[in-house]
Amino acid sequence: MLKKMFSIQELNSGYGQSKVISDITLDINQKEIVAIMGRNGMGKTTLFKTLMGLIPTMSGDIVVDGVSLAKMETYNRVQNGIAYVPQGRMIFSNMTVLENIQTGLSQKANGKVPDEIYSLFPVLYDMRSRKGGNLSGGQQQQLAIARALVTNPKVLLLDEPTEGIQPSIIKDIAKTLKEIRNLKDLTIIVSEQVLSFTMEIADRFCVLEKGKLVYQNTAVNVDEKIISSYLSV
Amino acid sequence: MGGYSLNDLMSILVMQGFSGLSMFSVLLLMALGLAIIFGQMGVINMAHGEFMTIGAYTIFITSSLTNTYFPSLKPFYFIFAIGIAFVIAFAVGYVTEFLLIRHLYKRPLDTLLATWGLSLIMQQIFRSVFGGREVSADLPDWLMGSWKPTESIDIPLNGVFVLVMALLVCGFVALLLFKSQWGLKVRATTQNRIMAGAVGINTKLIDRITFATGCGIAGIAGACFTTIASTSPTSGSLYIVDTFLVVVFGGAASLIGTITSAFSIAQAQSILTFFLTSAMGKVVTLLTIIVILMIKPEGLMKNKVRR
Repeated sequence: MLKKMFSIQELNSGYGQSKVISDITLDINQKEIVAIMGRNGMGKTTLFKTLMGLIPTMSGDIVVDGVSLAKMETYNRVQNGIAYVPQGRMIFSNMTVLENIQTGLSQKANGKVPDEIYSLFPVLYDMRSRKGGNLSGGQQQQLAIARALVTNPKVLLLDEPTEGIQPSIIKDIAKTLKEIRNLKDLTIIVSEQVLSFTMEIADRFCVLEKGKLVYQNTAVNVDEKIISSYLSV
Repeated sequence: MGGYSLNDLMSILVMQGFSGLSMFSVLLLMALGLAIIFGQMGVINMAHGEFMTIGAYTIFITSSLTNTYFPSLKPFYFIFAIGIAFVIAFAVGYVTEFLLIRHLYKRPLDTLLATWGLSLIMQQIFRSVFGGREVSADLPDWLMGSWKPTESIDIPLNGVFVLVMALLVCGFVALLLFKSQWGLKVRATTQNRIMAGAVGINTKLIDRITFATGCGIAGIAGACFTTIASTSPTSGSLYIVDTFLVVVFGGAASLIGTITSAFSIAQAQSILTFFLTSAMGKVVTLLTIIVILMIKPEGLMKNKVRR
């Protein structure tokens, strides 16, 4: 039986006095890929930002491999095993591809990029001297994932990774994510609106509606129609 | 032109040009620290000039102590004193960031007011400790005198030293920014603070060290300043306006822009001061900068910065 790697316990958060995330509780196992589905404005990004400490937690706890993160600063959470690929990728556009990856290695003494990163994303090796801002959307997404992976995470959060990416590349991303999961025993949580993408990779589906977890099911038992009904405007 | 022969004009241009290079050196060292701090944290540090004064007084104290207790070390003390000036200005900057600046991030107007208040407090401390009169460090012999390549050209050695020092510090800062882990973290934080934190960079610590380093470089500027002028409690405030001009004109967060801007402003002021008056030289320089900034609001060098 796989061990519990990530736990969100009665989490509440929001902006100022306005609560966006309400009482979310979720346990996720090691090597599990969980898709958080929901329309725009339902709280997916706010949930991820709260998990990363970019928005303060009002109450509740976030636990990675038995360590509580709720009171930690963002950089400290990263050191404790949580990594983040934000919506829009947010790569450092004025820095080279190599430097972008090295920012994720800032806690390590030698700053050398592990070979496995270039095996997973060969294009990044070819373009390592190029400015991050000059890469295509798909290449930037690979760079953002590589930058997160070098922090050596136990849990990887991806916020709408297919946004602005062409369909052929989306399939590659799905394949790579499954490969990474198997290679590094990684727990992956991905927020999405594209059901076809998550159907390809997720072991479990959760639906977020107005900041609340309203539906949850495994990939085996999931009803696509129910999820689609939540995604339609 | 004004009764000068072509030969006289050439000599004047060389001499004033060199005088401008000395001013360029001090401005560059001052602006370098300010540009790094402003570029990364968006903090307008009105007390930056006083960190320069700390460096200048450190040279004065070290000079007095050397003369009193270790007179045999007089030829070498200046080099060590520059290092001490950096360390003391760095330490004061580190404490200032911890006690004051970090509470005011995202409040630029409050920071402006608070650092202006800090500059007044620091000036009063200097006045209470060292008195209101100007003081001068006893410089080693190798910093005195001049080099005369021709009969009409006389280049002071202290000016050469300040120029070499400024270029060395500039090169070292460039090396730190582009070849070290600290530089990588600083550039990441400058470009996107949120993302820098999300890849595991302790941005608050980087802010503190960066602020302190900027202040430390101002301390070195102060040390260099003592070779070309005397130090008073308000020495730093005399340079702060020109330093801000350099940063704004160069384009914040751009190293090349800061160097180009410091060079143009110092040379323009130095040469115009000779042919006009000191005040008119400043007026013409300032008006030119205003016109250029109206055409190019981002300054000489645009740096794409996303926060």
